[in-house]
Amino acid sequence: MNKDIYILGIETSCDETAASIVKNGTEIISNVVASQIESHKRFGGVVPEIASRHHVEQITLVIEEALQLAGMEPNQLNAVAVTEGPGLVGALLIGVNAAKAFAFAHQLPLVGVHHIAGHIYANRLEQEMEFPLLALVISGGHTELIYMKEHGDFTVIGETRDDAAGEAYDKVARTLNLPYPGGPHIDRLAQASDEAVVFPRIWLEEGSYDFSFSGLKSSVLNYMHNAAQRGEKVAPEHVAAGFQNSVVEVVTGKTMQAAQQYKVRQVIAAGGVAANKGLRRSLEEASKEKGIPFYIPSLPLCTDNAAMIAAAGTVMYEKELFGTMAMNGRPGMPLTSWI
Amino acid sequence: MIYLGIDTSNSPLAIALMEDDRVLIEETSNLKINHSLMAMPAIEEMMKKAKVLPADLTHIAVAEGPGSYTGVRIGLTIAKTLAWSLKIPLHLVSSLKVLAANGQGFKGLVCPMMDARRGTAFIGLYEGSDLEPVFADQHSDVKEFLLKVKELDRSVLFTGVDVALHEALITEVLGDAAQFSGIQNRLPRASNLIMLAQQSTESNTHHAVPEYRRITEAEANYNKAQEGQPL
Repeated sequence: MNKDIYILGIETSCDETAASIVKNGTEIISNVVASQIESHKRFGGVVPEIASRHHVEQITLVIEEALQLAGMEPNQLNAVAVTEGPGLVGALLIGVNAAKAFAFAHQLPLVGVHHIAGHIYANRLEQEMEFPLLALVISGGHTELIYMKEHGDFTVIGETRDDAAGEAYDKVARTLNLPYPGGPHIDRLAQASDEAVVFPRIWLEEGSYDFSFSGLKSSVLNYMHNAAQRGEKVAPEHVAAGFQNSVVEVVTGKTMQAAQQYKVRQVIAAGGVAANKGLRRSLEEASKEKGIPFYIPSLPLCTDNAAMIAAAGTVMYEKELFGTMAMNGRPGMPLTSWI
Repeated sequence: MIYLGIDTSNSPLAIALMEDDRVLIEETSNLKINHSLMAMPAIEEMMKKAKVLPADLTHIAVAEGPGSYTGVRIGLTIAKTLAWSLKIPLHLVSSLKVLAANGQGFKGLVCPMMDARRGTAFIGLYEGSDLEPVFADQHSDVKEFLLKVKELDRSVLFTGVDVALHEALITEVLGDAAQFSGIQNRLPRASNLIMLAQQSTESNTHHAVPEYRRITEAEANYNKAQEGQPL
């Protein structure tokens, strides 16, 4: 008989301090996130030093709450999983050092998880993964298409060559004087708009699954600049809708093309921008039309959280991929397979 | 009672274990190592050598800063996580006071310092006899601080690995009143940290945060902008 596996996950790669306990990699027992958004808002983006300061303030409180909500003691855990990278180095190393100290105090195995692997495994907390699958990871720091033949087998088949999609959203939002973080505001304006400015679709060369958003961002900025020079008033919702249409069409197009070429049994989306309503609807409709099952985690599991780190960490734990006390935060950590 | 002491607030790493009145083991390195990578392995190795298990620890002492922001955070994160999860008391001690302890007994004042670039330092001033603070730990222009020290007209012993960077300026301002610790007495010692921790009150572990003694650049710029000053 297999015994249940309980993993404590810790995530501090950017501006959320998070801890969670997950059972068997599929069931959330507790999930605590302390967000810092309010603190960074006045600066118009995440300030790394301030993020690190907040992580130190919150870290033990968040882990304690995760244990208390689960009604568990450290000795009932099988391992501690922590985001090892990529992310902001000063932020990552708070989670890593807390995880090391906790694992050392209770003599538990330590597992270092790649943040993107975490985002992908967020899906497993709501829907079992079926292989081969294609994962679209789209957030403020990432835009990647990843092909998986089985658990822990990651092949990046496309990635952004410049800005991440979420980064482009934030920059366009700033031009439109929308508050930080801008993505949800652009999505809301776009949903409500009946007209859209036509911006270019950046497909790159034939057959490439890479993305580029900086050209699109520049054409939005040029459009705003030219209108201002001519003294014309711009309807922000038309710009928001135009920008979003371009992002959604390219991301959906490339995702579906890759899904067909690689003959996957499942397409999953993950990351903060996967919460975008326009993108969600487009991906849902396109995959339905192609007859490929498509899943996207519920909103709290799209944004950064520690349950996803525990979920991915469970598979690594089963494969006995353990870290040592010399684990460090790795801001540029590459996504490598676990097999 | 077994105390674990951790100081990662500047480039040196200092750790120690003390059982009642006995220093069991103490390690200080000055190798410019990465604390995030090496502090926990060093602690694990030291405890193994001393045959002390995590569950044997009864107190954690940590240098709370000021110093390198990242360095201080690493020590504090490890210390508060150990103290909280082992359910034992946490004691915070000024990183500058730990350095000042190198000069305890000096007949005069002790000035511990850590360089903070652009002619500034994290710097403090303590009585050599009992380590009572004379000036609060602060981030200051080194020359301005030295001019204030000069007004006290006392002998001052300077300590800390970064003293060498400012030695010429110190001699220029204070002349014969300035004395310098021997090279071997400029590194923090975690046994000193533990001795100071034993005289301190227990901290609230969850709310323990570094003493940065300086706001972030982003906040400083934001405040200036709010006051309408040029950045």
